[in-house]
Parts: sequence; C-alpha cells; structure tokens
Amino acid sequence: MTHTLGRPDFDLIAAWIQPGHRVLDLGCGDGTLLKHLIETRGVQGWGVEIEDANILAAIRNGINVIQGNLEKGLDEFADQAFDHVVLSRTLQTVRHTEGILREMLRVGREAVVSFPNFAYWKNLRSVLDGRMPVSEDLPYQWYDSPNMRFFTLLDFEDLCNKMGVIIRERSVLDEEGNPVTNEVNFLGSLAVYRLTQNR
Amino acid sequence: MPGQSVGVVESQRAHFDQALHLRSGGVLPAYDLVYETYGTLNAAKSNAILVCHALSGHHHVAGHYADQPDNIGWWDNIIGPGRPLDTDRFFIVGLNNLGGCHGSTGPSSLNPATGKPWGAAFPIVAVNDWVHAQARLADRLGIDSWAAVMGGSLGGMQALRWSITFPERVRNAIVIAAAPKLSAQNIAFNDVARQAILTDPDFHGGNYYEHNTRPVRGLRLARMLGHITYLSDDQMGEKFGRELRNSAFSFGFDVEFEIESYLRYQGDKFAGYFDANTYLLMTKALDYFDPSREDGGNLTATMGRSRANFLITSFSTDWRFTPARSKEIVAALLANGRNVSYAEIGLNFGHDSFLMEDAHYHGVVDAFLRNIKL
Repeated sequence: MTHTLGRPDFDLIAAWIQPGHRVLDLGCGDGTLLKHLIETRGVQGWGVEIEDANILAAIRNGINVIQGNLEKGLDEFADQAFDHVVLSRTLQTVRHTEGILREMLRVGREAVVSFPNFAYWKNLRSVLDGRMPVSEDLPYQWYDSPNMRFFTLLDFEDLCNKMGVIIRERSVLDEEGNPVTNEVNFLGSLAVYRLTQNR
Repeated sequence: MPGQSVGVVESQRAHFDQALHLRSGGVLPAYDLVYETYGTLNAAKSNAILVCHALSGHHHVAGHYADQPDNIGWWDNIIGPGRPLDTDRFFIVGLNNLGGCHGSTGPSSLNPATGKPWGAAFPIVAVNDWVHAQARLADRLGIDSWAAVMGGSLGGMQALRWSITFPERVRNAIVIAAAPKLSAQNIAFNDVARQAILTDPDFHGGNYYEHNTRPVRGLRLARMLGHITYLSDDQMGEKFGRELRNSAFSFGFDVEFEIESYLRYQGDKFAGYFDANTYLLMTKALDYFDPSREDGGNLTATMGRSRANFLITSFSTDWRFTPARSKEIVAALLANGRNVSYAEIGLNFGHDSFLMEDAHYHGVVDAFLRNIKL
C-alpha cells in the first residue's frame, strides 16, 4: 500500500478535512502536511513551529508558519479560529499534555491527534526482550528521543474521558500503514483521533 | 549570504506641486523627495519593492556613489544580485521621508513663503503622511501596486500603515522589529531625547539655522540615549563589559569606561550630520503611530482592511520592540485569516539586529520574497 509522502496518517487526516476549511498544524515541520492539504483539499493553512530550520523550510514551501513554543500555549490564536487543529505525531513530545489538548479545542472546532502506540505488540516484545522499542513509528534511540510521554490508546482514551473530550472518530494503523480494526491497542502502531468538545 | 552589492548608484529627486494635507492639520504646498532605485522595473511594473527607512535612515539604501566609494547604503547587505532583495528580479525603491535631512523637504529646507529655512514652522508629519507621499512617488514611477513594502523598526510601521491605507497597492508586507504602537516606556525614552534637544541653549526654538548654530549637545545626548535602546544588554556586556580605557580608575568625570567612549563617539558622529528638528519630527511620528486608533484601539478591525501577505519578524534580544509586540500584529492578522508568517530571530544585537547580516534572518526574507509571484 502506498501512502501520501510516505505518511499513512496524512491520508486519514486529509479525508476528515473539507475543502476551504481553516487548518492549524501544530509542529508543522517544513509544512509538508499543510502543503498536501492546500493542494489536495484547497484548505487555508497555518503552521506552528519552534525550530529555525523548519521555519525557513516552511516559508520556502510557501506555507504560513508562526514561530512559537507549544508548551507555552496558543495565545496568538483566537477562540474557535480554525475548523481543524492538527497535532501529528507530536503529542508524545509535549510535556503539558492536557494543556495542549485544551488549547487545541479552544482555538479549533475539532482536533486531530496522531501518536505512536507504546502498547503495540512489537514494542511490548521489545521491552520483554530487555530493549526499549525502536520502530517505524518510534524511530529513535532512548538517548536521543524527543518523546517524553509514553502512553497507549487506552491511556489516551481515559484522558479524553477525564477531560470531557469527545472522540468522534478513531483510525488505527499497523507499521505498514494498513488499517487495524481488531485488538487495536495490541495490533496498532499509530493511532489517529478526531476529537471535539461539548460547548 | 552569497550575492553582490548593486555597486555604483545615483540618487534622484522628484518635485511635487500638489499640496499635501497632513494629519497634524498642517499643509505642505509643494515638496521634494529624494530617492534611489536599484534593478529594473519590468514591463508589467509588478516587481517593485519599497524599502522604508527608520528613524535616522534615508534614501541611500544600497550600493555606493561613484565619487564616494566608502559611502555605502544603510541596508546594502540585503540588496543586490543574488541577495534576498535580488536586483536581478526586483526593482527596489528607497526614499528619504518628508521631514528628513538628507535631501527631501524638511525643517532645514527653505520655506518658499519666507525664503528662510522652515525650522520650527515645519509641520509635524505622521507615518500615514509619509505613506501618502510615497504613494505619489509610486504614481510618478508608474507603480500601481508594490510586490512588497518592507522596513525595520519605524520602517516596518510604514509597511504596516501602507497595507492598511492602500490595501489594493500592497501585495506583500515585510514588517521587521516593529510594533503596532509605542508603549509608555518607548514614548518616555523619546521624550527624554526630545527634552535634550529642546533645552539646548543652541536650539533657539527650532530656528537655530538663522543663528548659524546647531543644538549639537542636545542631539548628541539624544543619540546616546537612543543608542542604548538599540543594543542589547548582553551585546554591550560582551563588547565593552567594564573595560577601562586606561588600566586604573581616574576618579573623575572624563571618559573611563569603554562603553562611555563608544557612546560619546556615536553621539558626536551623529550630531555632526543629523538635523535636530528632523530628530524631533521622527520621534513624534513614532509616538503618534497607532493605526488601531481609527478603530477604537481594535487592531484586529484595523488589520482586517489589509489584503497583503505578511512576513513579521522580531529579534529575541530586542527590548525596544520585543517579540511580544510583533506577535500583537501576528494575532490581529490571524484573527482575520490573513496569510502571515512569523519568525523570531535569535540574534544578539538588540533592536539593531534588523540591520545585521545573518544567514537565517536573510534566509527567511529571501524565502518569503522568492515565493512572490510577479
């Protein structure tokens, strides 16, 4: 199965976003996802990035990018300014987990969050073998990993429940990017959630 | 950054006979603007960039004069073939603003009504007045809309004002190290500078030209004070620290610390060529700048009138116009769904960082300009 730009979650995210929507991509990197959404879905997009090199690359890509630190909140964005706020493979690197989720649902109607599942069976096997997992979706060694929160689908859904966040849709993928429908917390390597909040 | 200087340049003069009615209620019946251009205006006249100057700047933005090889433009490092403001692609216009002292009509120019220098009679000019005067220069050059209007500090405020006053004439705006309006602290610093000039016995109520003198002491103090606010504490510490000119304290009031020597030198140099009345006017233009005033202080409503794509840039060590001030502009643009990018550049030179050559800073400007469709 081939995926857009080698990122299976991009196709899922794109499918949830309607043409003309306003999209904010947190931790947008060089703007690849936003560029894809602009080209394929005709959205209006903005990204937030902290790294200088990514700011430069995103501007070079013709993407609106705002330099900022997600840990400090999204003060420059007004309430409900966006249709979708995307946090792609970044939640596990953020210290203020609840804070960023609340901010996403403050500035956006919907939040789209993807993250690697630490309970994926290969990760569990790795730990049983005495090693921290390294995989397609966890491509770092323990000593150079930006990840600081280690959680599973079940953990995340508990947090959503506690915060009163509504899970509108969930897609789970294996390491090859194929959809997983059974035993998702065990067989899924990457999870993509579509979240909203009662108002 | 690769690229070259534009080399030898010449300044030009445009005379305008149509009266300009100013925000202060004053009127300039006629005036001159001196300007320079670099590169070639394309047939569609779609590749023009206006570079606006800050408090002490002028029209000589890049290159050098044939007979003055050392007189290099104040933003030469960003303009030229292969540089971010690439003269192989863009037509760059720089001018000296009204009220200036580098050739455009200002307080030291002759008032045709009296045959004497304008002096204190020169009306207060506002940023929006400059924008209107610049628009007439654009008309003269056949430029209906700018590919970009840009500037740092007070120059960035002109770019911002352009996008609000003439939204249909600004396709892109680059606003560097600016603020949507001055803070009380900013105004306070400006007023101390003005007081230094106004209380100099050689000021003569602004008509010092007739007395064949200049308020050099006041202007020197004003510049010394201003200069402190342009630098960062870190940079001053690194560059001067507590270094003494001689090895021991002299226990007197002559120059002892290197920072004193540096500031006095900068003050003397500036007071030697700049006009004190122009300094007063420029600081008042800064103080009055607040486009949101038209909307009861609602900057979001004000920026809603703009149509340009924006690049907003601040510098981490700038304490005169901090990154937070730039982010106020960013927030107002985002609230209107405008195309905007914002970069906070980590440079050590305080407010003056905007004039420095830095690969990342110039790379950001270069990347933004490269995506402009002509």
